[in-house]
Amino acid sequence: MSVIGSDNRNLRLGVRYLVLILIALIFVLPLLFMVMSSFKPSDELLRDTSSLRAFLPVGQLSLDNYTGAFERAPVGLFVFNSIFVTGTTVLLSLVICSLAGFSFVFLQWRGRDVMLSIILATFIVPFETIAIPLLLEVSKLPWLGLDGLSWGWLDSYRVQIIPWIADGLTIFLFVQYFKGLPGELIEAARVEGASWFQIYRRVVIPLSGPVIATAAILKFLIMYNQYLWPLIVVQQEQYRPVMVGLQYFFQLNPAWGEIMAYLTLITVPVLAFYLVLQKAFIASIASTGVKG
Amino acid sequence: MKLLNVTAGAVIAATGFCSAAFATTDLTMWYHGAGNKVESKIVHQIIDDFNKSQSDYKVALQSFPQNSYNDSVTAAALAGNLPDILDMDGPIMPNWAWSGYLQPLPIPEDHFKDFLPGTKGVYDGKLYSIGLWDAAVALYARKSTMKELGLRTPTLDKPWTKDEFMSALEAAKKSGKFDYAIDLGMSDKGEWYPYAFLPFLQSFGGGLVNRKTYDTAEGVLNGDAAVAWGNWWQSLFTDKLAPGTSQDPAAHETGFIDGKYAFSWNGNWNAVKTMDKVDDVEFLPAPDFGNGSKIGGASWQFGISASSKAPEGAAEFIKFATQDKYLAEFSDALGLIPATKSAAQMTKNYKSGGPLAVFYGLSEAQAEKRPVTPGYVVDSKVFQKAAADIADGADVIDTLDSATDQINADIKRNDGYKKN
Repeated sequence: MSVIGSDNRNLRLGVRYLVLILIALIFVLPLLFMVMSSFKPSDELLRDTSSLRAFLPVGQLSLDNYTGAFERAPVGLFVFNSIFVTGTTVLLSLVICSLAGFSFVFLQWRGRDVMLSIILATFIVPFETIAIPLLLEVSKLPWLGLDGLSWGWLDSYRVQIIPWIADGLTIFLFVQYFKGLPGELIEAARVEGASWFQIYRRVVIPLSGPVIATAAILKFLIMYNQYLWPLIVVQQEQYRPVMVGLQYFFQLNPAWGEIMAYLTLITVPVLAFYLVLQKAFIASIASTGVKG
Repeated sequence: MKLLNVTAGAVIAATGFCSAAFATTDLTMWYHGAGNKVESKIVHQIIDDFNKSQSDYKVALQSFPQNSYNDSVTAAALAGNLPDILDMDGPIMPNWAWSGYLQPLPIPEDHFKDFLPGTKGVYDGKLYSIGLWDAAVALYARKSTMKELGLRTPTLDKPWTKDEFMSALEAAKKSGKFDYAIDLGMSDKGEWYPYAFLPFLQSFGGGLVNRKTYDTAEGVLNGDAAVAWGNWWQSLFTDKLAPGTSQDPAAHETGFIDGKYAFSWNGNWNAVKTMDKVDDVEFLPAPDFGNGSKIGGASWQFGISASSKAPEGAAEFIKFATQDKYLAEFSDALGLIPATKSAAQMTKNYKSGGPLAVFYGLSEAQAEKRPVTPGYVVDSKVFQKAAADIADGADVIDTLDSATDQINADIKRNDGYKKN
């Protein structure tokens, strides 16, 4: 009887692993295809798409596609631009949106609920609908820089960063998380005479690792994948991000091998960022699930 | 006195230098070739040559990726940030001119009298743009296949009729040697559809819009000729003569070279690559479906933005760039059809007897521009969908009626695209 039970357990475990492996393959195979293809000549890459060879390191493998990618486009510059814009936006966003969330949860002020509703309502407004009005706005805004006062933000890093710092989703994430923090902690800090900013900095933020990681990852992905906005506000190559740079490879005859090499290169920062924050991210998802 | 003279001399010299410095007008130029190493090199060379050839103007280049170029220009126009000189794909020129992005070239049209018709961007009776090259489509075939199937080789003077063309496809299918008789490039969604397939409709006697008035598609896109085209077009796919819209892009890239397709309806930009891999490839003219052999014309062209403060300088650059030596250089490097016959004679591929000389003849004799109307940007999308739907088995008459309605509605919505 115990043997049968053990067999059943093993069978269930085997089936479970099989299902998990299949699901993992669905996500891993495209990445595997991308990496393997980045080492193959374009014509061989295209031929291999009809067989399992597409996922295997077989055929004429070389680093030619990587060399070609760097010759075709300033890959390093594009990656730097994207990381700079993304990193700056993520940092500023975490500060501004967490402050906003803190204010919505812990401070009492007139119109708070209405304002929160308005911010949440921005969820349903697709960016494409405000892209043109926003373009017209930023093209006429003043800027006081080292060269003095100038007009128009086009062709700059700031035009890619500032409009994206605050957003409804990130504020919402902080609001939801802050609501779950024990109220007694805040009250105790108030009784001890802490200012609101001290409570934010010394009590709330140290407890908010999971939501900070979640917000950072989501914002990172949104910013790193930016395409439409930089396309319309940046005309100079020196400010172009990776996704606009991808278009360099789509000529009349797309250089598929170089495209795969370029995609592999620009995927590295995303994977690295996720791997660094994944524990906190999973903790955040798990805690959200527990709260229901 | 001596000090005074020296001082005066210095002032005069300084003023002279200043005025010399002020005399140079900076011009900005946008180009669609970012990522194309060969093309970028030539464009930079032309600009360097121009800047060195005179001191009145200095051109600075900004390159954009082709796929996103139009969106960048439209956004810049909205933000009032257009450059002095910009290039554009031929069929979009009327829309940009109508929208006020462009000004007519301040160059007499006679200056370009030797240029291929497809390279001249004329809208509302004015020349707005000029191209350094044109592109052409031909029927790729192997001489060995033609011989094996016992087919007559069509010429510009005597192209295949519809019956001959269909017999050739049927013969290829019956031979059992090919996956499909012809590759039309159905996987290549986008502007390829109107560029490559609209000429078939025109050869049947139909069209996208009334070319005399440009105020309706009624009777043109849904008339008897258009319906005949639609039925023929659909038969190519129902009879399994050509792969349909689900064609694998990889098969389109290598299918003809690998011998999977007997014929390929393809552009001259793929000709050099194909010649390298298929020894006996030949390029045949489009079949005549009743109203003459036709192929699409007009490729990338230079124009001047309406906001340019120095159109005369921009015009000087365009005249400089359209010299035969540059047309030939572009052609040799990219396989494009040079805009003039004299430039063609300077190239390795398009000179008399050259391996691609046939394309020059095709462009000269058969090229027909896509409708020269601001509404083409919409018409093009409507045609793309209609051609794809019919290929997928949609009812021909309903599809063409619906496409006609959409184009007419767009014309009405824009008040007939009257000149502002």
